[in-house]
Amino acid sequence: MKKQLSSWQEFTKGIWKNNPIMVQLLGLCPTLAVTVSAINGLAMGLAATFVLIMSSLLISSIRKIIPGQVRIASFIVIIATFVTIVDLVMKAKFPALSKALGPFIPLIVVNCVILGRQEAFASKNNPGRAFLDAIGMGSGFTLSLIVLGTIREIIGSRSFFGIKVLPEGFEPWLIMILPAGAFLTLGLLLALVNYYSIRKEREEHESIIAHYKRVGREELIEELKVN
Amino acid sequence: MELFVIFISAALVNNFVLAYFLGICPFVGVSNKLSSAISMGMATTFVMTLTAIVSWLLYNLILIPYNLDFLQIPSFILVIASLVQFVEMVIKKVSQPLYRALGIFLPLITTNCAILGLALFGSMREYSFAENIIFGLGAGAGFTLALVIMAGIREELDLADVPKPFRGAPITLIVAGILALAFMGFAGMI
Repeated sequence: MKKQLSSWQEFTKGIWKNNPIMVQLLGLCPTLAVTVSAINGLAMGLAATFVLIMSSLLISSIRKIIPGQVRIASFIVIIATFVTIVDLVMKAKFPALSKALGPFIPLIVVNCVILGRQEAFASKNNPGRAFLDAIGMGSGFTLSLIVLGTIREIIGSRSFFGIKVLPEGFEPWLIMILPAGAFLTLGLLLALVNYYSIRKEREEHESIIAHYKRVGREELIEELKVN
Repeated sequence: MELFVIFISAALVNNFVLAYFLGICPFVGVSNKLSSAISMGMATTFVMTLTAIVSWLLYNLILIPYNLDFLQIPSFILVIASLVQFVEMVIKKVSQPLYRALGIFLPLITTNCAILGLALFGSMREYSFAENIIFGLGAGAGFTLALVIMAGIREELDLADVPKPFRGAPITLIVAGILALAFMGFAGMI
């Protein structure tokens, strides 16, 4: 049996260690499509987080009633209900934003982040933990979308949340707001994340070797190298 | 002529993967071998065409006349999921070779956003029945094309000396970005 994480770790794991986009590579479709500006990324992130929290709460509350064979179908119907709520509210209250995001709000239904959390977490834990997990994953998702949207908006249209930040003399890189720019930016960001985790791993490795040297257990270093 | 334009537009100019980012998961996941990329592409094209037919009928004959269009999202996803399940059972009974070629990819397709995206685009753009079928075929052809090109490149990429942090997903996304740039060349066609 795995050790249970503390509530705080349950919340923070989605933001950094298991970030749905940067580490697990889930939910890439909306990520790439809507992040032409930071505001779109924020809206998409919040919409998905709302759906994630509500469906996690509901599914973890009724997890013992749902029969195992039809659980995926039940999850999808529950998620689709909340997505419909978000879609209709956005159409009524924020028509401009709803138009900008287009079919990607309805497409939250098939976002693997949400279905994945229901299958992997909410269907096995109590509502309290499922709520923390959903908030953490939702924040990680939203933050990644904002980062991606910010980079693309600043370089691609010289602004940040609609406010001009770069001088007129800077020629905006059109490619950044085109589809190709989305792939390139995310690819470079992922490489950066990889670079840091590889470096961290190496530092840990070296600190273990240094520790063994200090205590004079040279034979353990050899063993470490073999592994 | 109109139908031909819709086909070219869905397959090349507004390619589902490279311009709308629909179906990225299989695009990254199944594109490391050419043979499985071809099977996946064929299975997806098949399901897309069926979805185009069924979603059009559902939307225009049931949801619109009875003012139920707020049920669009749940009903589309349910119909697509049961359709795929049904097709899988039929193929398993009728043709074993076909099942072996497409079978394992069919369940994966249900939650592929390209399929639901196709149904949603079709109802948003108010295509006629024939137009919608051609749209489904074109989108499937475009998806297959992108997947096969990508698989070809990735097979070569295995032999290349990629810097360590870029290995795996990052280099795949960067290659996809360059492909998307190349597909922008089609933008002038229509």
